[in-house]
Parts: sequence; C-alpha cells; structure tokens
Amino acid sequence: MSILDSIPHVTAEVQHRPWPRAVVTEAGWQAAIDRLVEGGLTLLGFWGEPTAVHMAMLDGGSAEIAVVTYECLAGTFPSVASRHPPALRLERTIHDLFGLVPAVADDLRPDLRPWLDHYVWGKSYPLSGRDASRDVRPYQFLPAEGEALHQVAVGPVHAGIIEPGHFRFTANGEHVVRLEQWLGYTHKGIESLMQGASLEVAAKLANRTSGDSAAAYAFAFACAVEAALQIVAPRQASLLRALMAELERLANHFGDIGAICNDASFALMHAQTGILRERCLRAANDAFGHRLMMDVIVPGGVSRNIAPDGVAAIQVLLAEIRKVFPRLIELYDNTASLQDRTVTTGIVKAEYARQFGAGGYVGRASDRDFDARQAIAYAPYNALSFEVPVLQAGDVNARVWIRIREVEQSVALIEQILQRLGPGGLETALPPRIGRGACEGMALIEAFRGDVLVWLRLDGELRVERCHLRDASWFQWPLLETAIEGNIIADFPICNKSFNCSYSGVDL
Amino acid sequence: MRKTLLESFTHGSLTEPAPAPDGSALAELAAKVDRAAQARLGRSLAIREVDAGSCNGCELEIHALSNAFYDIERFGLHFVASPRHADVLLVTGPVTKNMRQALERTYHATPDPKWVVAVGGCAIDGGIFRGSYACVGGVSEAVPVDLHIKGCPPSPTDLLKGLLALLEHVSAKR
Repeated sequence: MSILDSIPHVTAEVQHRPWPRAVVTEAGWQAAIDRLVEGGLTLLGFWGEPTAVHMAMLDGGSAEIAVVTYECLAGTFPSVASRHPPALRLERTIHDLFGLVPAVADDLRPDLRPWLDHYVWGKSYPLSGRDASRDVRPYQFLPAEGEALHQVAVGPVHAGIIEPGHFRFTANGEHVVRLEQWLGYTHKGIESLMQGASLEVAAKLANRTSGDSAAAYAFAFACAVEAALQIVAPRQASLLRALMAELERLANHFGDIGAICNDASFALMHAQTGILRERCLRAANDAFGHRLMMDVIVPGGVSRNIAPDGVAAIQVLLAEIRKVFPRLIELYDNTASLQDRTVTTGIVKAEYARQFGAGGYVGRASDRDFDARQAIAYAPYNALSFEVPVLQAGDVNARVWIRIREVEQSVALIEQILQRLGPGGLETALPPRIGRGACEGMALIEAFRGDVLVWLRLDGELRVERCHLRDASWFQWPLLETAIEGNIIADFPICNKSFNCSYSGVDL
Repeated sequence: MRKTLLESFTHGSLTEPAPAPDGSALAELAAKVDRAAQARLGRSLAIREVDAGSCNGCELEIHALSNAFYDIERFGLHFVASPRHADVLLVTGPVTKNMRQALERTYHATPDPKWVVAVGGCAIDGGIFRGSYACVGGVSEAVPVDLHIKGCPPSPTDLLKGLLALLEHVSAKR
C-alpha cells in the first residue's frame, strides 16, 4: 500500500517527480500527522510557500516517499509540531518566513517564538509577499526551575573556529539540566535568493548552503532539477558525482574523528587525521580543480571531467589511507584515556533517533539504519556494493566508530568507481524551456552528515520558482539537546563535535 | 601509539619545505611571512576568527592552516579563543544581519591596535548572497577592514599570502 492510499487527498500532483505530491484537506493533513505520531512514517521535510505548506514523509520499510500539501486559505494550517515534536523548528521557520500560523487544539498553545527571525531584517515574514509586521518580544528560553540551578550562556561567537550559534545551558553544579539551542545567526536568505534565479546561480547557492557538503548539495540540487525535467545524467557524470561525494565524506570524517579526539585533548590523532584530510583535499584539487569540489556538479551532469592525472592522485590517496588509517583505528581503540571520554558520553536514545528520523552517523550510531545511498539507491549507488554500518550504543564512541566504518566503505566505493570510469558524455543537455509550465522535482542525497533533501519548482523558462533545501542537521540538533542532559558541561564540546551539525545548512 | 610517534620522528617533516631560492610558492611565502613577522611583530600575532554568516567553507580552509602541511604557528601566527587576546580579527561571511551586532561587539572587545581581515568572496561585498534581505553585504559595511583575501573559499596558501600582505600593511600603519 502506498503512503497516499492511507491519507485522504484531493488530487495527486502529476508534475511532481520522482515521488508523488498530493493536496490534502484538513482530514488528510491530520491523517498524515497521525501516521508520523504512530511512527509508521518519518518526517522527511516540512516547508512553506506564501499560501501553502508541504510535508515530505518517508516509509522507512519500503523507502517510499510522498509529499502532502495543505493549502492555507485562511493563513493558517493545523500545527504539526504540537503533535509531532520533530517538526517544531521547521514550523517556527515557516512562521518566520511566510507568516503562516500553526493552529493547535484549544488546550495547547503553539510555540510561536521566532527561530530564524532575530527582528533585525527590517521586515517581517520576508517570503510572504505581503507587508506585515510582528510584535517584537524578547526571546524567552524555556524555563528550568530548582534550587541551585544556574545558567551559562554561550555564543553566538564561540571559542573555536566554528560557526555561530547560541547555547543556553541550565546546570546544577557541573551537570547539565537543560540545553536549549537558538540558531539562525547565519541566516542568509538562501531560499529568497533562489526565487527567480537561473539554474546556474541557483546551483551555486546550493553549493554554498553548507560548504563542508558542497558536493552533496550540488548533487541533490542537480538530481532534483533532473527529476523535474525528466532527464538523466550520463553514466560517467553519475560516477564522477559519487566519486566527489565519497571524497567529501572521507575528508569530513577524517576531520571529525580528529576533532573529536582533540576535544578529549588527544592531539596526536588530530594531527594524523589532519594530514589525511589535507591529502583528500589535495587529491580533490588535482582531480577536479577545487579543494571542496564546488560548482563541478551541475544540473544535467558535471561541468568538467576528472583531470588526466586525477585518477592517479586518488589512487595515491587511497594507498596512503590504507597504510595509515588502520593504525589510527588501533590507536583510538587502545587508548584508555580517550575511551574514557567517549564511551557512554552523550547518549542518543534509539527511540529519539527513530522519532526524529535522524540521519547520518547520529542515526546510525543509535540503531536507525537509514542511508539514502542504500534506501533510495540513486545512481550510481544502485550499481555499487557497500555496507551501511549500524550500532546501538548511541554514544560519542559509537558515532566515532560509524565514521571509521564509513571511511572504510568510502575507500571501497572509490575503488569501484575508479574501475568503472571511462570515456563518455559528461552532460545531458537541458531543454531551453518547457512550454507546458511549471514542473517540480525532489531528491534525497546522502551527505557526510546525513540525507540532504532538495525540493524545487521550475517555471517554463527553467528559472527556480521555489526551492527548499533541508539539511540532515534539522533532525540532529534537537537530539544534541537530549544527549547532553545529565552530562557535565565540560563534555559538551566533545558531544557537539561528535554531532558536527551544520549551522549554515539549517539557518539557510 | 609508540609506533606512530616514532615514525613521525623518523619520516621527517610533512611541513612544506623551508625557504629555498627555487622552492614551491608556499615555501617562498613561508620564508617571507617568517622574516616579516620576526622583524615587525616579534614572532607573535594573535588571530581571532569570526564567522559572520559564512557557508563554513572558509572556516574549513582556515582550520587547514594549522595542519602539518601549513603549520601556521611556525610563523608566530596563532588562533586565540577570545577577541580580548587578539591582534587580528579574521572575518568570514556576507555579514548576516543576525550576526552584525555580534561582529560589532567582537570588534569593540578587541584591544587596539587591531586589524581586520575579511576572508572570502562574501566578506568582500556579500558575494553570491549580496542583495538578500538578511545580509549586510560585506564586512566593511559593519566594521573597518584593513585587508581582503579573495577566493571561494581562499586556499590555505591564499590565506598565508594574505597574512603576509597584512604584515606589510601593519608596518605601513605604524
């Protein structure tokens, strides 16, 4: 039975690919929320338009996806967050950007605290298309009461070289009673810049949504455009995309493994993985002319072939990883002082990982075995063999081990890809225009920290009418708040680093 | 651990070679930064990095400056955790309106004399994010900038080149 069979809907949107989108009434919308609350479906995305809200849902068992749309005729929609907490920040974002109001049952009050809006944009509801202003109220953090509790405010400017955000800790002595995050500091208005943008400009914006995942975002954006236009990238281009995605995963996983150990004051590992990370970036630069591989993946294919000596550079990299990395794994595993900091620290409960649909190493370290490369099996991963490591412990240590295992899998994947590369076209031509009007596409691509969702609608001239990019971090950040509870404040950096959530990717 | 440590000793340094007349660009650059830093700043320049809304691409490359290949600390350049300890603010991003106040406060918390280096295409004029309702559009719109380092993101070598230019600038200012 498909997802939409169990949700009363008005009509299925035929120009939406590759998964269906249907307009639903209030009954259908509530039925969809019922399925999320029961756990039968996982919330995959939740975004707005000036007069509608869309919700993407995943059936974890069948890997089937569907989008439901509620038309907000009165400027309101039935609140999802009041019944299904994973939707909360997305719902607050919809209110901030579009001014649409979540309606809740009489005995509840919607959380209308701003999320992205810090009252300094010079306008309210910037994507609503209308002039409206909202009341400015001081931001209220959630209360925590008790004798001897004190608050510690951290950020937005942090001590390290990292992105800005605010963390409000309530502590009892050293122990964290509650952590509340307030983000939005890097909100650049990416979705508004997307509106009316050419595909070229929009692809550049997608590349710069979260710079550490440039290739993954470009990959997802390109696949969404191709789905909308019903074209397919050539085989060689598809292989090169996966090659870049895996190089990106390697570089980031090396960086993370080292940085986590560094937060336990184990600098040796940081130095060693820093070398491996730099080698990855240099190989990427040799192969694709850019260390972070920005702007190489484009709608239709790739903008350039791998450099003539690129394959050799990557083979040298793989040989180095195979030589050095096993010893580093052993070092990690045999250093008691390090294990003392990572084992049983910052546990994410499996039930939360499931409820929030946490992707990437956060989900897979807590028994959620979802990996878009395997579940959706998009090209070229449908023709490659790899395993998806899953652990149950859910602590910092488990998130390190998932990364270690994924490094091994990525090395194996790159070997397979290099064997398959050959001559072949790099780009499928896009139609100059589509006479029949708007078309919609969607893609779900596995970035190093989890699945990235891109949804877009193109107009007849192939300009972006609306584009929503959903980082995996949306469903991971809230779990960090749960993971730190009962841990000491001094362990927050190591917990935070083991998540390595994106700020820019969720602030947009 | 012993094996890894011993090998680090026996395999020699990964840090890009010391100054040589015909060395790589990085090696030449390294020599220049070293001499200039020694002469003018007594081998010590404390840098505070501020992300004013970047995509985090610039942060990744700034991080790379500390790896074994670039080893920025050999020049006496080091990153510090507070603006109160800093001589230089290294600012990235198009300066989102949501970060403007934090950037200004960080600037005012940095003791004089201080220099501001704007890093990356967005930091120059907002770059690809220019014109958004949420961006100020360039670091110099918020705080005085002494130097811009171009690139999206600038490579670690570009960053080192920029820091050399900063040292020239510092000497002119004194």
